[in-house]
Amino acid sequence: MTENDTEREPPGIGPRDWKSHPAYVSPEYKSTVLRGPTKPLVPITHSLSELTGPVYGAECVGELDHDLTRNGIKDGEPLGERMIVSGRVLDEAGRPIRNTLVEVWQANAAGRYIHLVDQHNAPLDPNFFGGGRCVTDDEGRYRFLTVKPGAYPWGNHPNAWRPNHIHFSLFGPSIATRLVTQMYFPGDPLLEHDPIFLGTPEIARNRLISKFSLDVTEADFALGYIFDIVLRGPDQTPMET
Amino acid sequence: MSHKQTPSQTVGPYFAYGLTPGQYNYRFAEVASGSMADDKVAGEHIRIIGQVLDGEGVPINDAMIELWQADATGRYAGDSDVRANTGFSGFGRFGTGTDEENRFIFDTVKPGSVENGAAPHVSIIVFMRGMLTHAYTRAYFSDEVEANANDPVLSSVPEGRRETLVAMRNEEDGNVTYRFDIHMQGDAETVFFDV
Ligand SMILES: [Fe+2]
Repeated sequence: MTENDTEREPPGIGPRDWKSHPAYVSPEYKSTVLRGPTKPLVPITHSLSELTGPVYGAECVGELDHDLTRNGIKDGEPLGERMIVSGRVLDEAGRPIRNTLVEVWQANAAGRYIHLVDQHNAPLDPNFFGGGRCVTDDEGRYRFLTVKPGAYPWGNHPNAWRPNHIHFSLFGPSIATRLVTQMYFPGDPLLEHDPIFLGTPEIARNRLISKFSLDVTEADFALGYIFDIVLRGPDQTPMET
Repeated sequence: MSHKQTPSQTVGPYFAYGLTPGQYNYRFAEVASGSMADDKVAGEHIRIIGQVLDGEGVPINDAMIELWQADATGRYAGDSDVRANTGFSGFGRFGTGTDEENRFIFDTVKPGSVENGAAPHVSIIVFMRGMLTHAYTRAYFSDEVEANANDPVLSSVPEGRRETLVAMRNEEDGNVTYRFDIHMQGDAETVFFDV
């Protein structure tokens, strides 16, 4: 390490692209009305407080944490359609974000969460937990094994159903790159009725939908889906060539 | 930029077994909790506590708060700050569904000043069902009057709203607690930054 390195500032992070992210108050999604901030956000110049963030590497990931088909087993395999979801975590310049923690949680194949608050009248699966995590590799790649989550009803409006989805949580290099999102499935007829998905600016919605991939699919084992995730940064637009 | 940002979506009501499993008694190791500093961590040991209140002043019982801070000497952990003090991770997470008053509770150390002129503060990220995109704020400390007056970020906030960013110190039986309520809306709406 040179002396310069010890004085090095972390790289800058470009702005949150509000054309890509949902607004705080989105009246069709009823609980946003009393919960989303209503005053304008105050601009902030990033300091170390925003340009640093927690680093969770491979040491915090257990052997089965990436495999939701096995990490909740009690006396058999979980029911449902086995699937693989894999993708790359990239920045806006397309560079891989390495060694970053990816956390997921989801309903079981029947559309029921293990969470105690979920009272949906669909069966729990004694062999499925629904939570997992992994760390991206040198190419920014992550991979989970799971079963396809079921749709489930919610109380937003009469006959409201959430489309099939997997919740994702990512850190990236700093607090400014933090992202919590949901991954959806191609062709889901519930998408056009879902105020959470539709709360996203139209131009950005398709970025939330995974792609079926025969390459990721494993013969006689599990269907494959690709879901690439783009986090904020860097703060300078590379030269177009 | 060739690649567009992946949109945010709500954390929803069922994050606990994935993100805060230990706190909610699910059998899954957790990477972070409200216990950020054991006795060995140097500095003044403090507790930061507060409620998250909706537009009608009702405490929210399914928010998740993340806290990021420097150690007592003002150094952040991790690769990004090469001065890092490795004894303290600086990161905590707490869901508001386990405390009977729906408070978040962080046991930590009071951070030092990170940069010349910056008052001690912690970064706070707010997630909840009913928020499609998370919110970012900072908590400063009520006993740092002079440092707060000179802090560039706090000074950039309209004067009448600055107090929403100051956690109130209380000492009882030798325990130091800072109260920091987060108001999502209303006259006392907490300042959230466009981070
Ligand atoms: Fe969900």
